[in-house]
Amino acid sequence: MDQSEGRSHTSLALFRDRFGIDDRCLVAGLDTALERKVDYADLFFEYTTHSSVSLEEGIVKTGGYHVEQGVGVRVQAGERQGYAHSDEIDLDSVRLSATTARAVSEGTAEPRSIAVGGAARPDRDLYPVSAPPTDLPAERKIGLLEDIDRYARRDSRVAQVMASVDAEHRHLLMTGSDGTLVGDERPLVVLRVQVIAQDGSRREVSAQGMGGRYELEKLLDPAEWQPLVDEAVRVATVNLDAEPCPAGTMTVVLGPGWPGILLHEAVGHGLEGDFNRRGTSVFSGRIGERVASEGVTVIDDGTLDHRRGSLNVDDEGTPTGRTVLIEDGILVGYMQDRLNARLMGVEPTGNGRRQSYAHLPMPRMTNTFMLAGEEDPEDIVRSVDQGIYAASFGGGQVDITSGKFVFSASEAYRIEGGRITAPLKGATLIGSGADVLTRISRIGNDLELDKGIGTCGKDGQGVPVGVGLPTIRIDGLTVGGTEG
Amino acid sequence: MSGEAIVERALARLRAAGAAAADCMLIEGESLDVRVRDEEIDHVTQSREKVLGVRCFVEGDGGLQQATGSTSDLSDEALDRLVGHSVALARATAGDPCAGLPDAPFAESLADLGLSDPADHPAKAEDRIETARRLERAARAVDPRVSNSEGSEAASSLSTIVYGDTRGFLGSYASASHSISSMPVAIDGDEKQRDYAYATSRTLAGLADPDAVGREAGERAVRRLGARPVETCEVPVLFEPRIAASLVRQILQCTTGYAIYRQASYLIDKVGELVASPLVTVVDDGALPGGLGSKPFDAEGLTTRRNVLVSEGRLVQYLFDSYSARKLGAASTGSASRGPGSSPSVGATNLWLEPGQTSPEEMLASTGRGLLVTELIGFGFNPVTGDYSRGAAGFWIEGGEIAHPVEEVTIAGNLQDMLCGIDAVGSDLLWLGRVAAPSLRIARMTIAGS
Repeated sequence: MDQSEGRSHTSLALFRDRFGIDDRCLVAGLDTALERKVDYADLFFEYTTHSSVSLEEGIVKTGGYHVEQGVGVRVQAGERQGYAHSDEIDLDSVRLSATTARAVSEGTAEPRSIAVGGAARPDRDLYPVSAPPTDLPAERKIGLLEDIDRYARRDSRVAQVMASVDAEHRHLLMTGSDGTLVGDERPLVVLRVQVIAQDGSRREVSAQGMGGRYELEKLLDPAEWQPLVDEAVRVATVNLDAEPCPAGTMTVVLGPGWPGILLHEAVGHGLEGDFNRRGTSVFSGRIGERVASEGVTVIDDGTLDHRRGSLNVDDEGTPTGRTVLIEDGILVGYMQDRLNARLMGVEPTGNGRRQSYAHLPMPRMTNTFMLAGEEDPEDIVRSVDQGIYAASFGGGQVDITSGKFVFSASEAYRIEGGRITAPLKGATLIGSGADVLTRISRIGNDLELDKGIGTCGKDGQGVPVGVGLPTIRIDGLTVGGTEG
Repeated sequence: MSGEAIVERALARLRAAGAAAADCMLIEGESLDVRVRDEEIDHVTQSREKVLGVRCFVEGDGGLQQATGSTSDLSDEALDRLVGHSVALARATAGDPCAGLPDAPFAESLADLGLSDPADHPAKAEDRIETARRLERAARAVDPRVSNSEGSEAASSLSTIVYGDTRGFLGSYASASHSISSMPVAIDGDEKQRDYAYATSRTLAGLADPDAVGREAGERAVRRLGARPVETCEVPVLFEPRIAASLVRQILQCTTGYAIYRQASYLIDKVGELVASPLVTVVDDGALPGGLGSKPFDAEGLTTRRNVLVSEGRLVQYLFDSYSARKLGAASTGSASRGPGSSPSVGATNLWLEPGQTSPEEMLASTGRGLLVTELIGFGFNPVTGDYSRGAAGFWIEGGEIAHPVEEVTIAGNLQDMLCGIDAVGSDLLWLGRVAAPSLRIARMTIAGS
């Protein structure tokens, strides 16, 4: 048995041993759902532990340990989905939820029984860990946060340090009426550092973070966390001198990495299968059309090792993949879950995701990024006479239907005569997803993925995601500063 | 086992495991959520949930040491594990002289605030589906161009919140919510625009008419067709009530005790000073009958009450729970809020900006030239500096009348200047959630556009 099969088995064994959920029980749950005329039914079992510690004012004031468990039963009939979930994991709850969920279908069906276990297990493990990250003793995490506080305060302008370590370990079991039976065991860790710098009466803040699906020990290494703290102190103190940002449409250079949130907002959401099946996205019906400049290739890839947005299988048991969304400027693909793939007559792409057992899956992004070009990033800055260089961002948001999106710069500078000059106060950038990528005139050779802190919100559900971008130049983006 | 018994059992085990003090919160609830798109059901979701949250303190050097925990598995074995983890974690954290349960007397008699109507529960899927269908039909009947949608939803939930602590407080209340919403899409040639309307109530009888909410959603989507940016300029900006409420949320963000002691607010050391136009009065009151944010006691068992944050432009006080109050030498304002598994923080109950005398029509007519904002997107607000920059959509105002729809612009300023620059407050206070406002006009903001 190779390791990956072992890890799928670990989750199956957990639900069997702790909750008595064996194959017979899974079949009984599915059979109950299938007593009505349905296109598909599935069961989703979850057992998640979460631990956190947080520091402020130089001490770790609190920590938390949380357990979340439950089962969700879903029935699909045409476009309809019935869903019921319970936080009790046993056969009675599964049957009750299945009876509730199947009510969405009005037709009765011949009794049938399906065999589970025939379908794909993940043939890989993208995030093996030797032990759940939630098991690491609190003392070691507390020591890390105290070290971070001392390290940040070496700069006398640092007035406040807040830091936290969060670890999560998720056991999942998914089974469906097509015979799918798959487990997954998902570690996730994140370190967050926020620094407030003060100079006279002026205060500025910078929040930084890093994480992924890996061992918590990695975050304890000073070679990992010191650069993160350096960055938080640097950005907060740089912003102490920031000038008001100009307002209006101008040339914008985006730095590599986290500014990839541009892709997530501007095109990513608009290429999710549900909006396109309904025809409510600005990109609906546009496969094959040019939506970006030549040279722009955008990928959603859930198979990157240890990344925050990666998954062995999505939350419907479909193995994740590498989906090309835009190829050399042409729209080529959407991201699909099972429901929307079936209704659109295409294959699922492994993008069916949900926040937890208490939520219905939807098409969601994993790690979304633009492939590198060939230009030296310094040449890209040099090519701009007057404009803005945006190095990092806070959050973003999009109106899927009109395609208008925003994202907010947290570190930005003026470009004057091809040189990066004065720091600017944060400002919101706004654009139109349908045309912003056609305004990209230069693509750097420096693709970076973000540090592993992104959470995407859609329809009230949050899921961890990643983004990535090389340095790019956009000719004409509206910058929401105050200086008209 | 009753919720009260579960909480008492958990408190007893925490004490037995060595906790010097503890509190527990149990939330048990059921919910039903349906969505209809065109005539077809999109989904029907039903859930039953319960979660127990605990917070424990152990004696330490320099003060109590704290940890929290939560579980949705209420078996004996799971409870023992949770208690063990939480007490062990508390022993590892640092002593804090301000940590601990409240000093103030806990709520003695619990007011019935009318937060649920037993006749509404359990919610019936057929009823909710029919309501969603009415929303969807009303939205699509507005105009033939309302030809698509993201669907219309009707949702109902009923929760029981039980809270107890080792000081001897044990209280519970039922809390219901019924909501309806519709998000139609208007299409004209290549252009698509969506908008939405919604309503929320503690009781089904108090919920707005779905036909009216659907119609409002359809009208909002259609009127956005033809939207375009405007040129970069500085003009007066009008916020419709549901958008103005976001400014009230930002005031709250900068007036919690936590934001103040963490120095994460531009309103530090401003009590007694003018921080807004004299037209601005902001109140939080957790005891309003039927209020969407009402509760008989806060997340530490203290009676909720009326707190005036801003009176005629002057900052009166911050909002505190016990911890942030101790940090600043103040007293709790009964504003503790928490999820079951977390430490308390400070939250709004029913928070609103008091309405003025001017009708929204008069506000528009007296604006001359400016921007009416009906949607904001993005997170461009920095509470530490007050810097504000968000994406906006709405309508251009020319000669005191709506001229055309606007999109793809930003509005920017600093919250301090924006609040001081409010020169008109509408009479149209609108409650759609826990935070509410009437129409507001800010005399001058920077619009970035084409």
